[in-house]
Amino acid sequence: MYSRRSWNIVVVIVLIGLLYVGRLFMIQVMDDTYAITAEKISLRRQTVYPQRGLIFDRNKNLVVYNDPVYDLMLSVPIRLGGIDTTSFCNLLQIDRKEFDKRLSKSKRSSYRGKAIFMKNVPNTTYVHLQERLYEFKGFFFEIRQDRNYKYNSSAHVLGYLGEVNKSELKEQADDYYEQGDFNGKKGVERFYEEYLRGDKGEQYFYVDKFGVNRGSYKEGKLDIDATDGNNLILGIDIDLQQYGEELLNNKMGSVVAIEPKTGEILALISSPFYHPAKFNIQNRGKYYSKAIKDPTKPIFNRAVSAPYPPGSTFKPIMALLGLEDGAITENTHFGCPGYYRLGRRIIKCHGHTFNTSLQRSIASSCNTFYCLTFKSFMQQEKYKTAEEAYNSWRTYLSSLGLGEKLGIDVSGERGGWLKPSSFYDNMHGKGRWSYANIISLSFGQGELGLTPVQIANAAACIANQGYYYTPHVVKEIEGVQSIPEQYRRKNHAEISPSNFIPVIEGMHEVTKSGTGAYVAIKGIEIAGKTGTVQNSHGKNHSAYMSFAPIDDPQIAIAVVVEEAGYGATWAAPIAHLMIERYLQPDSADGTSREFLETKMKESNLIPLKYRSIQDLSLYGN
Amino acid sequence: METRSQIDILSLFIFLCIAALGVASVYSATFEIGAESLFEGRSGKQMMWLGLSFFLGIVIFLINTNFYEQFSWVFYIFFTTLLVVVLVIGADINGARSWIKIGSYSLQPSEFAKYGAAFAVSAYLSRLNFSFHRFRDILILGAIIAVPAGLIILQRDTGSALVFSSFILVLYREGLTPFIIILGLITVFIFIMTLVFGSLYFSIAVGVVFLVFYAFTFTNKKLLLPSIYAAVLAIALSLSVQFLFDNILQPHQRKRIQVTLNLIEDNQGAGYNVNQSKIAIGSGQFAGKGFLNGSHTKGNFIPEQETDFIFCTIGEEGGWLMSSLTVVLFVAFILRLFYLAERAKKKYKRVFIFSLASIIFFHLLVNVGMTIGLMPVIGIPLPLISYGGSSILAFSIFVFTALKLDSTRDQDLPSVYS
Repeated sequence: MYSRRSWNIVVVIVLIGLLYVGRLFMIQVMDDTYAITAEKISLRRQTVYPQRGLIFDRNKNLVVYNDPVYDLMLSVPIRLGGIDTTSFCNLLQIDRKEFDKRLSKSKRSSYRGKAIFMKNVPNTTYVHLQERLYEFKGFFFEIRQDRNYKYNSSAHVLGYLGEVNKSELKEQADDYYEQGDFNGKKGVERFYEEYLRGDKGEQYFYVDKFGVNRGSYKEGKLDIDATDGNNLILGIDIDLQQYGEELLNNKMGSVVAIEPKTGEILALISSPFYHPAKFNIQNRGKYYSKAIKDPTKPIFNRAVSAPYPPGSTFKPIMALLGLEDGAITENTHFGCPGYYRLGRRIIKCHGHTFNTSLQRSIASSCNTFYCLTFKSFMQQEKYKTAEEAYNSWRTYLSSLGLGEKLGIDVSGERGGWLKPSSFYDNMHGKGRWSYANIISLSFGQGELGLTPVQIANAAACIANQGYYYTPHVVKEIEGVQSIPEQYRRKNHAEISPSNFIPVIEGMHEVTKSGTGAYVAIKGIEIAGKTGTVQNSHGKNHSAYMSFAPIDDPQIAIAVVVEEAGYGATWAAPIAHLMIERYLQPDSADGTSREFLETKMKESNLIPLKYRSIQDLSLYGN
Repeated sequence: METRSQIDILSLFIFLCIAALGVASVYSATFEIGAESLFEGRSGKQMMWLGLSFFLGIVIFLINTNFYEQFSWVFYIFFTTLLVVVLVIGADINGARSWIKIGSYSLQPSEFAKYGAAFAVSAYLSRLNFSFHRFRDILILGAIIAVPAGLIILQRDTGSALVFSSFILVLYREGLTPFIIILGLITVFIFIMTLVFGSLYFSIAVGVVFLVFYAFTFTNKKLLLPSIYAAVLAIALSLSVQFLFDNILQPHQRKRIQVTLNLIEDNQGAGYNVNQSKIAIGSGQFAGKGFLNGSHTKGNFIPEQETDFIFCTIGEEGGWLMSSLTVVLFVAFILRLFYLAERAKKKYKRVFIFSLASIIFFHLLVNVGMTIGLMPVIGIPLPLISYGGSSILAFSIFVFTALKLDSTRDQDLPSVYS
């Protein structure tokens, strides 16, 4: 039986057995780094993206919807399982060189177990490649939601999405975004980002060596469903908006229409505008630089960003200030000889009757009346200095929401120009200036610039006789109790309601017998005020401010058409056409309307110098 | 004069346990969601091979014991000839020419060559006039082992050839001077030291050791000459190892050895298998992830998962409990076979059974060792567990033949020369 040597061998075998069992104990039981490494290698966390909230107009017409984009991704570590590169390249329509370039780029920029191989793969390519994706192990698609649009309209209101940038990633408080996510960059997409984006879900699953999903982790117990974003219902009436956009076709300018009772914006147009789909994720790369180069500035949202001197549309406001401050009364009459003389300076007026009442001054847009009103305002005894009087004047304007940001929910809003008194101190020396230096302000010229939305808001405030709601484009957030608090709060102008009555009468007179009479609409009583804004760079801007109907205002509107001429020629007809469209969509008012409509739509008022370098591909489909 | 056969139930039982573990592991390693049952796919084939083995086992048991001893040389020559045949008509798979295609099946003669060699070694060692002190006998014995091993090296399947070194254990048991084993161990030591430190530093170290040794023993003139021989031999060996390593070994073999010795880290290249294999086994932790639930196994992160690296599946899904149970089962099987060998009354039977035990031990040592990073990657299967018809068949009939020889021990007269 067993010899000594046999025992030696037995001992060796047993020792080796013990050594192995011990070693197994070390790596399996004592050391948990292997378990952690194994999870890292084979477990993936994938974000489940929610559907971004849809956007509807006030009549529940779908305006913005989601459109999937497909990013071709690579699993990291990149281990391409003997793929047929040639047919892969053919499917993607790239050549071998491009393939290698993208591959090496992916290798350098991997992030959380994946790397982007190709962004925004076209839909048809996606369909073909997805069918055969099992052949190309290591590649997978990540589907994200881009936006698409039912109408070629409202680009400035809606805004657009973009990839979150580095500083947004760094500064976010809730760690919501990951590199490569989209968020709203402009417009309501940006302002309501937190409602629209929804809540992301998570999915855990095992992958194989090539990164192919092999089934869920712990039967999906840790998975979290995504919650879709809230839908937005806009105050915008998409029909009115599109109609206004047609009227502003081939013009530079802006229209803002507000429902006075609520502050909801019915239309917000800045022209020229681009097709919103040209700025979605898939297309913006191609069109953004074109838009930047376009001299007519299609990206610029004139409605909220462009400060135009209000010109004569300011006169009803000046009248309100004079009445409120006691500089004039509703019975004040001034004589106008056709000009206003200030030392050696002569401010011309238009041909109208000599004896001018408050109402007639608005209807006939008398400069003299407002120079005198302004002089009387500034020289009241209660003001010790011109500075004090000016500050009082300025405070009234602020209470009407003029000259400072209203805080609307469209990005890019600017406050306009309304200089502090120190501006004139610096210009003329402290205490060394008087009404005479700033007399142009009385008829809306000089150092005054108001955005169209501010003017429309002032019209709404006049229509409401003393209050306004901060204008806003979003009417309702589905699934949320209410819109933000600042849009539900009444703002009161520091002007008593009774003072509005003579001013509204004057504005009514404008459309009955004054500068806007020839575009009056049968059956709708409109209060309006034309403005012809002096423009040192070219032709005058045509401006108009109005609301209707007078006894129950439904719409307040401001129109500016740049370098167009008289307010009555362009801005007033556009405003009236829109008012009619909104209030009486079904009644066509005979041939004269049609003629106006055609004239507005077809006139090209873009300065000749710009036309040849405009990039029309931005505008169409 | 066959009167009664007593098959050893315990070894048969362990054999069945290991085989069952093998089928389950192959099933898990090749399992895909929604895929076939245990009886289809590779696990089904594995069972088919086992079934065929049992059939052959019955045949083996029906044949008279004496047949094996008398036909030893026929077995040896037959299986060695197959090795020649494979060199001529074999198919190249994975860079090695080890397979003979028969229809849709491939036969790997190198798996059967061990079986054949065991017959010849047993027969030769049990010759009446065999002596370990006769140089000619040692030479013939060496040739018996070296011929199939050499033919397998020609197939570029170094791993399978290395298995023949397990006969050293048999020869040691039967009286070969341990000097050869010690020499072998010293060679391995020199080999490793040379690779770790380089032959230059190793030679300097040998010189220093020699001088120190000489300083303490210079009075003893008798020790001087042998110690000089030893030092020169060590340096010569080191230099030749360096030469062998740099010029003879293929690059992938060099890298595998370097990775095992931790000389280089190459988790994406040569060390990929071992690294992934350690991760899979290590992540099994104490109780494992559960049958069919190994995320590493299922993710195909480990190449040769169902063949050479089958132990990963056991380690990952069964945890330390199953991996150590597997090692224990094998050790128990080896020791039981060892016991059967020792109780044999005929030298022929003892050597034969002992050869089987040694070969299984070598496979266990190398295969499990490489999956846990204690051995370089040498592609040999884990007996009766790794997927592969030739391996299953060869080991099974080897075991059945050994059990058959053991079952008839009572008929034997005690060997004079045991």
